[in-house]
Amino acid sequence: MTGTVRVIINDRPIEVPAGTLVVDAAKRLGVDIPVFCYHPKLEPAGMCRMCLVEIGMIKMDPQTRQPMRDEEGRPVIQWMPRLQTACTTRVAEGMVVRTNTLQVQEAQRAILEFLLTSHPLDCPICDKGGECPLQNLTMRYGPGESRFDYADKMHQEKRVPLGDLILLDRERCILCGRCIRFQEEIADDPVLGFSDRGRGMEIITFSDPPFASYFSGNTTDICPVGALTTTDFRFRARPWEMTPIPSICPHCPVGCNITLDVRPSARKGGWDILRVMPRQHEAVNEIWICDKGRFVHHFATAEDRLRQPLIRRNGELTPVSWEDVLEVVAEALSRAGPQAAGLVGDRLPNEDLYLFRRLFGEALGSSWISMDPPIFGGEWVARYGVGTGTDFGQMRPGSLIVVMAGDLEEEAPVWFLRVRGAVRRGARLIVAGGKPQKAERYADLILRYRFGTEALVLVGALQVLLDENRVAPEVLPRLDGLEALRKALEGYPLDFIGQRTGVPVEQIRAFARAIAEAGEVVLIFGREGVVDGEAFVGMAANVLALTGHVGRPNNGLLPLWPHANTQGALDFIGARPLPEEVPVLYVVGADPVGDGRPMPRAGFLIVQDLFLTETARMADVVLPAQSWAERDGTFTSAERRVQRFYKAIPAVGEARGDWEIFIAIALRLGQRWRYLSPEAVMDEIARTDPRYAGMDYGALAWTQPQWPPVGTSRDLYFGGTARPNTAGLGRVRPSEAETPEARWPLAWKAPEIPSEESILAIPTRRLYQEGTLIARTPHLRGRTVPWAARMHPETARRLGLEAGQMAVVRVNGQTLRLPALVDPSVPSQVILLPASLTARAGVVEALPVKFRVEVGNGALPR
Amino acid sequence: MLREKYAHEVEAILAKYPVKRSAILPLLYLVQQEYGYCAEEGIREVAEITGVSPTEVREVVGFYSLFYDHPIGRHRIQICDDLPCALRGADELVAHAVRRLGVQPGETTPDGRFTLETVMCIGACHRAPAMQVDLEFVENVTPEVFDRIVGDLSRDGM
Amino acid sequence: MGRYILLRHREIPELHRLDVYLRHGGYEAWRKALTSMTPDQVIEEVKASGLRGRGGAGFPTGVKWSFVPKNVFPKYVVVNADESEPGTFKDREIMEGNPHQLIEGALLAAYAIQAERVYVYIRGEYRSVARRLEAAIAEAYAAGLIGRNVLGTNYSVEMFVHLGAGAYICGEETALLESLEGKIGHPRVRPPFPATFGLYGQPTVVNNVETLANVPPIILNGASWYRTMGTEKSPGPKIFCLSGRVRRPGNYEAELGKITFRDLIFGEEYGQGLLGEERTVKAILPAGASAPMLPASALDTPLDYESVQAAGSMLGSASIIVLDDTVDIVWAAYKMVRFFQHESCGKCTPCREGTYWLRRVYERLVAGRGRPKDPELLESIARQMAGKTLCPLGDFATSPVLSSLKHFRKEYEAYIPQPLEAPVAAPAGTVETVPGR
Repeated sequence: MTGTVRVIINDRPIEVPAGTLVVDAAKRLGVDIPVFCYHPKLEPAGMCRMCLVEIGMIKMDPQTRQPMRDEEGRPVIQWMPRLQTACTTRVAEGMVVRTNTLQVQEAQRAILEFLLTSHPLDCPICDKGGECPLQNLTMRYGPGESRFDYADKMHQEKRVPLGDLILLDRERCILCGRCIRFQEEIADDPVLGFSDRGRGMEIITFSDPPFASYFSGNTTDICPVGALTTTDFRFRARPWEMTPIPSICPHCPVGCNITLDVRPSARKGGWDILRVMPRQHEAVNEIWICDKGRFVHHFATAEDRLRQPLIRRNGELTPVSWEDVLEVVAEALSRAGPQAAGLVGDRLPNEDLYLFRRLFGEALGSSWISMDPPIFGGEWVARYGVGTGTDFGQMRPGSLIVVMAGDLEEEAPVWFLRVRGAVRRGARLIVAGGKPQKAERYADLILRYRFGTEALVLVGALQVLLDENRVAPEVLPRLDGLEALRKALEGYPLDFIGQRTGVPVEQIRAFARAIAEAGEVVLIFGREGVVDGEAFVGMAANVLALTGHVGRPNNGLLPLWPHANTQGALDFIGARPLPEEVPVLYVVGADPVGDGRPMPRAGFLIVQDLFLTETARMADVVLPAQSWAERDGTFTSAERRVQRFYKAIPAVGEARGDWEIFIAIALRLGQRWRYLSPEAVMDEIARTDPRYAGMDYGALAWTQPQWPPVGTSRDLYFGGTARPNTAGLGRVRPSEAETPEARWPLAWKAPEIPSEESILAIPTRRLYQEGTLIARTPHLRGRTVPWAARMHPETARRLGLEAGQMAVVRVNGQTLRLPALVDPSVPSQVILLPASLTARAGVVEALPVKFRVEVGNGALPR
Repeated sequence: MLREKYAHEVEAILAKYPVKRSAILPLLYLVQQEYGYCAEEGIREVAEITGVSPTEVREVVGFYSLFYDHPIGRHRIQICDDLPCALRGADELVAHAVRRLGVQPGETTPDGRFTLETVMCIGACHRAPAMQVDLEFVENVTPEVFDRIVGDLSRDGM
Repeated sequence: MGRYILLRHREIPELHRLDVYLRHGGYEAWRKALTSMTPDQVIEEVKASGLRGRGGAGFPTGVKWSFVPKNVFPKYVVVNADESEPGTFKDREIMEGNPHQLIEGALLAAYAIQAERVYVYIRGEYRSVARRLEAAIAEAYAAGLIGRNVLGTNYSVEMFVHLGAGAYICGEETALLESLEGKIGHPRVRPPFPATFGLYGQPTVVNNVETLANVPPIILNGASWYRTMGTEKSPGPKIFCLSGRVRRPGNYEAELGKITFRDLIFGEEYGQGLLGEERTVKAILPAGASAPMLPASALDTPLDYESVQAAGSMLGSASIIVLDDTVDIVWAAYKMVRFFQHESCGKCTPCREGTYWLRRVYERLVAGRGRPKDPELLESIARQMAGKTLCPLGDFATSPVLSSLKHFRKEYEAYIPQPLEAPVAAPAGTVETVPGR
C-alpha cells in the first residue's frame, strides 16, 4: 500500500495513493460516483450497489511489458464482465474506470427504482427533505416514475424511539447500515444492529438504556435519508428555512467546530437555535460532535435567562436600568480600587478575559483576579503543550498516546473518537488511571495505580528513563536541571514506587520504555485523583522533555481542561488565591456558591451571568450577560487552537456581552477604551500579545479544502449533512518549546502522597453531570448523572453510611453535603464527587468526626 | 442462569472456538431449550458470556428462522411447502394441518401445545411431502400420519 | 470395487460405523497421505483428478486449495453442509449413511492446506444428521484418526460440528463464515476470498460435503483412476437428486456425462418415469430453484457441467426437479420466487427489493389480478437485478423468472384477465399476501 498508482477515470488520468478506493479517486477528479452505504469515514460495505461502474485493466504485453494496442493504436482494455462497486474496489496500476456509460446509468436507475419501491415518499413532512442524499441522487440519477404499485408498499413503524434522543422511521430507512457501522467503527458503542432479513430487515437497538452512546446524534447526520431524526429537531423546521451560523462548541476543551442553525421564531419572540450541526475540521473534530454538544444548547434561549440588571433593594433583587446599575458598579469598584477582587469563569471568550484583566489592572490597579475553578499545570502546558500541527488523524504506527488521570470519553468525547481512530490506524495507546474507562479497550498497556499516587508513577518512569540511559541524546544540550533531577530521584527507589502506587515495577518499566521508543508521544492528562497537581504535571513534563517528545507536532502535553476556554483563562487571567475577605468582589461567569467552592467574603458582591445562580442570589448587583450564541468571540482549545465563533441570535432581553459591560465600566472609571466589537479587542491582542501574534479575525477565518469533501455544493451525499468549513480553521498558538532557541527546563517537586490509610475525595468529570446548562435540555434528563458522593460499599461501611443518606464531606477546607451512592465499581478508599465541587482531589479530613450522616430526606433522584 | 444450569454445556461450547463470539448460535439454542424461545434475559446472558453487545446477539436471533423472539408452542410442526414438496401434495397437507389444528401457519394452538409453520425446503424432497416435528424428520406424510403424530403428542402429558 | 463410490452405504450395511468403514478400506487414504505424501502432493493429486466443487459452482477443488498461502497460520477447513437448495438432499444422505468418508475427505483437505481445525457447518434443520455426524467424529477421535499427532505423525487436527439456525444464504461461503463467527449471515464483499481471508480473517478452504467425499478415493486410487470416470472436463461420479413429479425420487449416483435427463427420469435404475403413464415432461429444473429451467426438448442433454451449460442452464448441485404437464409454470415460478424472497438476506438493494417486488407481482398474477404488462415487468425487474447483487442469490432469484418467461410465456398470458370477461379463478397453489419470516 505504498506509493501511488495511475488510473484512468472517464478518460482522465489521475495518480492517487495505492489502496485508494475507486469512489474516492473519482471524487478527487471531481467525478461523482453516487453512493448511499459508502461513507468516506467508514469501512466500505458494498451493500447499496449505487456505485456500480465499469472497471477494466489495460492489457499488458507479457514480453514488452507495454500496453497492448489495437489497430488504431489505442490501449486494449480487458473489461470485467460485470459492473463493480466503486466503493469496495481499490485502484490498481493501469485500471480504467467508466462512470457514465449507458450500462452504468441503467444500473443507477435500477438501484434507485428498487430503493424507492419501499420508501414512503413522504418528503413533504420529512426533516431530511431539502438536504437528503436520496432526494438529491434520485433527482440526478433516478427514473422519473416508478413501476411499483404504491399499494404494494410494505408498511412499517414510523416512530420507533431508539432511546431518548433518536427516532427511527423504519419506512424511510434504506438499510445502508451507515449508523450501525458508525456505532461500531467510530464510537465503539455497538448498540445498533440489523434484525430480521430481506425486506423485513430493520434497525434495532438492544442496549440498556436504548442507544446508549454519547455520539448517537452523528448517525442522524450521516443517515442518507430521513430515517434517523433527533427528538430535539424532529418536525421543527425545514432545512432551507434555517441559516447555519459557524460556531465553536462551548462545552469542553476540544473546541469542536459546529454550526448553530437558526431561524426566526414566534415562540421565542425573535430568533431561535433549532439545532447544532458538526462543521468539518479534520484536525479538530472531523465531522463529528458528541451529544452534549449537539443537544445542550437550549440554555442559550431558555425562559429563565437573566434579561435585565438587578439590584438589591430592601433585601430583594429588583430590576434596574443599565445606566443606573453601571453607576453603582463603577462607584463600588472605584471605591475599592486596588482592593477590588475578581473571579472569572473559564467559559468566557478570550476578548472578555483580556478586558477583565485590563479593567482590574489598569482601571483599578488591582492584581486580585483569578480564574474559577483554579487550574494547575498551566505553565507546563504553555511550555510543553502539544506542538503546532498536532493532529490525531495523522497518528499511525510509531505514535503513542498516553491517557492519564482522566476519563477520555467522559471529559473530551471527540478526542476519544479520534484517539480510537489513531489506534485503528496503528498508533499505540497506554491508559493510566485509578479506575477503569472505555479507552482501556484499545490500550496496549493499562496502569492501574492507587488514586493520589499518579505523580509517583511518573517519578518511577523517570527513574527508569535515567537508569536505562534513555534520555534522547539530541535534547541533552537543551535540558536544564537534569542533574538536580537525577539527584532528587535518588530518594525514590522503584520498589518503593511499585509498592506505594500498586503498579508492578515491570509495568512502570514498560511504560517508560514505550515512551522512549515511540516516534511521537502525546500525553493527555486530567485531574482525576490528582492531589499534588504541580508535581504531577511537572513530572509528566519531565518525561516528555527527557525523551524529546515536546516542541514538535504530535508530541507534548494535552490537558483535559474542564471547559471550552480554560486555556484562554490561563493565558489571560491565571489562577491565584484571593484574600479571604475583600471590599468588592466581581464574579463573572462562575458560580462558586452553587458549585460548593470557597469564595472570598465580600462587602459588596457583583455577579454577571446568564442565570440567577446560587452566587447571584447572594449578590448586591446582578448583571445579565450574553451567551456565546449572541455575540462574536474566540475560544482557545486545550490544543491551544484559537477559534472564532459568530453571533447567531440577537441578545436575549437586555443582556450585554461581558466585553461590552467591562468597557462600559472602564469608561466610567476614566479609561478611554474604544472597541466597537470583540474583533477590535482581538486585533489589539494580536498586536500586543506575542502568544497570540497575528491572530486577528481575518487570520482566524482562513480555511483550506478538507478531505473528504462534505456538504459543499460539490458534494451532497458523501458525508451526509455535516457542514463544510467556510468560516475558519483557527490558528494554534505555539508552545514555548517550539522556539528553536528555547531552553527545556525540567521540574522537581517532591510529590505529596496521601497516606495509604486515608480516604480520598476525588472530583470526577461525567459528560452528563447534572448542572446549570444541561438542566435546560429536557431530552437529556433521563441520562443526567445526579449529584452524589459515589463510593464502594466497603468505604461506605467504614464511614457508617448507607446509600441515599446525606454525606457531609470535608475536603480541601470545603464542607460538601450531598447524597451518598454506593457503587461496587468504585475503587475502595475513595469517594467520587462531581468535578465542579472541588478543584482537586484531597484527603477526606479527620474521620469520622467531620463525616456526619444525616438520616432522612436522602432519597436520590432516579 | 445458563452458566449455572448448563455449566458443562456452556464450557464445552466455548471450548470449540478460538473466538467466543462463535458460540452465539449454539448458546442461543441453549437459551431456547431453557426458556422455550430467545428470551431477553437469555440474550443478555449470551452477550455477557461471549463478550459482545446484547444488540449483536439480538441481531442473530432476528436473522435466523429457527430462533424465536416470542414464546411458541411446546411442539413445532414445520411443514415444507416449497416447490419439490408442493409438487407432491404439500399444499394439501398444509390445508389438512390447518383444519386438524384449527390454526393458520405461524400460529400456536390456544392450549399452547402446537405451533404450525410452513417452511422452505428441508432436504426431504425425495420423501415428499415432508415435515419436521421439533426438528425431527417425518417423511412421506399422509393426513393419517399427520393425525397420528398430532394425536401422540397430544397425549404425551407435556 | 462396487457400484458406488460416494453412496457406498447402499451396498455396505452399517457403513456409518467406524469398524465397518475401516473394514472396507476406510481411512486408508488418510493413512497414505499422512505417512507417504506431502501436503503439496495431496493438492497436486486432487488437482490432477479434475475434481470440481459439487456444491454448485463447479470450481476445481485442487486449484481452490492451492490458493491458500503456505506460511500463514492458523488455517481452517470449513465443510459446507448447509444443504438448503430446494430439491437437494444428497449431503444429508452422505452424512447419515457414509459419514466417515466425509470426515476422511475433510481431514485430507486439512492436511493438504495444513489447517489445524475443521468446522462442519450443518444447517439447523439437520440437527438429527448433525448428531450422527458428531457420533462418527467421536469414534474417529477415539481411534486416534483425529486429534493430536494423528497416527503417530506430528500433524494435529481438530474437527467440530457447528449447527446453523435456518438461513439458505449461509450456503454462500462467505455468509457461512460470518455465521460461523457468530454473526448474521450477510455475505462478504469479495475480494478478499476465503483462501486468504476466511474464518476469523485466516486462510480458509470451504468445501461442500459431496466434494470432500470424493477426496479419499482419489487419494487412495490416484487421479488417473478417478479420471476414468465421467468426462474430460467433468470427471468422476456425481450424486443426482431427483425430485418432483417422478415415480421414484431419490439420490442416484452416476458418472458425470454418462447419463441424460431422460435416463435419470425414465431409467429403470433411476426415476422410473413420471407419476402417471399418460404424463409428459413439461420442464426440468437442473439445479433446484437456482438455475434456469429447461423445456422437455433438453431431455437428451448429458448430465455434466458443460453439456447442461450448453443447453442453457447449469448443472449446479444437480438437484433435478421434474415438472410434468400437470404443473402450472407460473405457480412453480412463484413458489421459487417466494423461496428466494424469503431467503434474501437483505444486505444488498437489488436482491432485497427485487425479490420482494417480484413476489408481489407473482402474488397478484396467481390471484387472478395480473395486468397485461406484468410479464414484461417481471422480466424487467429480473434484468435490473441480474449482475448487480452482492452475492449469487440475487442472480439465482432471476432464473425461474427469466427462464419460465423464455420457455412458457404463453402460460403467463393465461393469467392476465381479459377485459370484459369473467375473472380467471386462481389456479393451484395457496397464496399468501405478506411475506412471513
